[in-house]
Amino acid sequence: MAEIMYWEALQRAHDEEMAHDPLVICMGEDIGVAGGTYKATKGLYEKYGPLRVMDTPISEGGYTGLGIGASFLGIRPIIEIMSVNFAWLAMDQMFNSAAKVRYMSGGQLTSPSVFRAAGGAAHQLGAQHSARMEKVFMGIAGLRVVTPSSPRQAYGLLKSAVRSDDPVFINEHELMYNMKGEVPDEEYFHPLEGSEISRSGNDVTLFGYNISVHWCLRAAEILDKQYGISAEVVDLYALAPLDRAGIKKSVCKTHRAVIAEEDEAPVGVGSEVIAILNEECFFELDAAPVRVHSALVPQPYNHKLEKAAIPDHEDVVNAVLKMFGKA
Amino acid sequence: MKLEDKKRVLREMVLHRRFEERCYQAYIERKIGGFLHLYPGQEACCNGVMEAARPGHDYVITGYRDHIHAIKCGADPKAVMAELYGKETGCSKGRGGSMHIFDVAHRFMGGYALVGGPFPLAAGIAKGIQLKGGDEISICFLGDAANNQGVFHETLNMAALWKLPVLFVCENNQYGIGTSIDRSTAVLDQYKRVCGYGIESAQCDGQDVEVVHEHAVKAVEYVRSRKGPYFLELMTYRYRGHSMSDSRGYRTREEEEQWKQRDPINILRDRLIEASVISMDEFTAIEKETDAYIENEVIKFAEESPEPNVADLEKYVLA
Repeated sequence: MAEIMYWEALQRAHDEEMAHDPLVICMGEDIGVAGGTYKATKGLYEKYGPLRVMDTPISEGGYTGLGIGASFLGIRPIIEIMSVNFAWLAMDQMFNSAAKVRYMSGGQLTSPSVFRAAGGAAHQLGAQHSARMEKVFMGIAGLRVVTPSSPRQAYGLLKSAVRSDDPVFINEHELMYNMKGEVPDEEYFHPLEGSEISRSGNDVTLFGYNISVHWCLRAAEILDKQYGISAEVVDLYALAPLDRAGIKKSVCKTHRAVIAEEDEAPVGVGSEVIAILNEECFFELDAAPVRVHSALVPQPYNHKLEKAAIPDHEDVVNAVLKMFGKA
Repeated sequence: MKLEDKKRVLREMVLHRRFEERCYQAYIERKIGGFLHLYPGQEACCNGVMEAARPGHDYVITGYRDHIHAIKCGADPKAVMAELYGKETGCSKGRGGSMHIFDVAHRFMGGYALVGGPFPLAAGIAKGIQLKGGDEISICFLGDAANNQGVFHETLNMAALWKLPVLFVCENNQYGIGTSIDRSTAVLDQYKRVCGYGIESAQCDGQDVEVVHEHAVKAVEYVRSRKGPYFLELMTYRYRGHSMSDSRGYRTREEEEQWKQRDPINILRDRLIEASVISMDEFTAIEKETDAYIENEVIKFAEESPEPNVADLEKYVLA
């Protein structure tokens, strides 16, 4: 199994899917001649040409809608939105057209479109380039939301998203494109629903997704070595639909839950997971579930303020210790 | 248009007028819910353009005033009415309603209720045609007010840049909801707004179906021969309000009467009577037959059809 980077995994998925089906196209700002801001489409323009690898104008609402319109004819567009912050401009088309068209046409039309967007706080990008918006997308009926935490997931989820007849939003992270990890050498399709146990444990479940899975894994190691607390880490790579059964199963085993997200707390993944725990296994809980999350501020530019706004593995450790009465 | 086509179009326009007027009545009777945007007055637009195109072969997309476009593409009026009644037999299985009529089998790609939303979708359909090959074109019918949305400009830019086979048909009925065009739009001639994108365009009388047809033939030919997008502006007027809740307090009855002097059905009818293609009696008979068809078949079908099963509430959300 080869170790490749997250962006390389995405690039391989693009390439394989475009080679497999001539109706797969990709489009977005700078993805062609320039090779993609995060290199996810590197080399594809040379290989597949401008009709299938489309450098779009900086018109997010327009080109996203155009991709969705093409998908009505069975074209499978992979639409890259350079920064998830710009997706606000495309949401009308994503929500009102792609997500609703199947329902409001009584199943006649479907939009097999894929939207990829880089999100999250990188390094001092300021308020308008650091948003985390997965919580907005996961509340929309008719839209699937996945968020890969590893090169393997990035590769397998993109390939499955392209083959899916539903519109799929893939939430990537600016800090993860250079992350290395093992990806199967043979073709691999990751399921678009479910969750993964990234580390098995007995005393508490740490729920994470995308970058926060890595905080949880690091926290679990510290908790194990320094405090003798055995934490299970569950990777919620699918945010819509959320893996209700998987969430319930792990907490019925550990009886405690911490949800780590880079998003702000209100109306977030954490609130949703806690609601599920409340509905599914309230009497299994030995402690009130806790959220680890960002401060509710537009992302500050100043390095110290920025660091203070975003959680990390230490915040996860502290949340668990507090839950066990050790902090 | 050939003489026999003109006679058929007249008959179709009568159906379109009577269908919409019957919808009005059904709405008053509370058989139809939600918002209802009616088409009387604008019949020459859809008919003139689609007579120049290939209904059922070319792709058509539009906004919320969509019943007649669907029927002209080949949708069964019974299924359209059943949709307005919210029935399972409706063309969108009762999930869409007046503003979301779909008939994909006839390549009517839907009515969309967000003003301007169909612009990029139409360009995307044209992109799909470009990738798949074939001689179809994408036709986007929208009103003048939609042109003030940002995606209008984004779409024109991309359509021109990539020479997409898309025909934009602007049905300029002078009003965006209750605001007249001279109070919302800096440049009144919509066909001039697209010149900045290097897009071919024309403006014509939207009340005379033969004039519309003549212009549409050129526009359709231009797009079908893959020269690029085309923008056709049709000057027209809706007799009724924007929707059923609109009492039209923003305009005078004199203005409405002036437009009714140039009614698209009467223009064609009088011309055909003058050419001795039909008689007034024959026309009256067509109206009666149409009303009987709408009452005995269309309304009956909608009335007698079952509602969707509540157990199927979540069907059609995901594939």
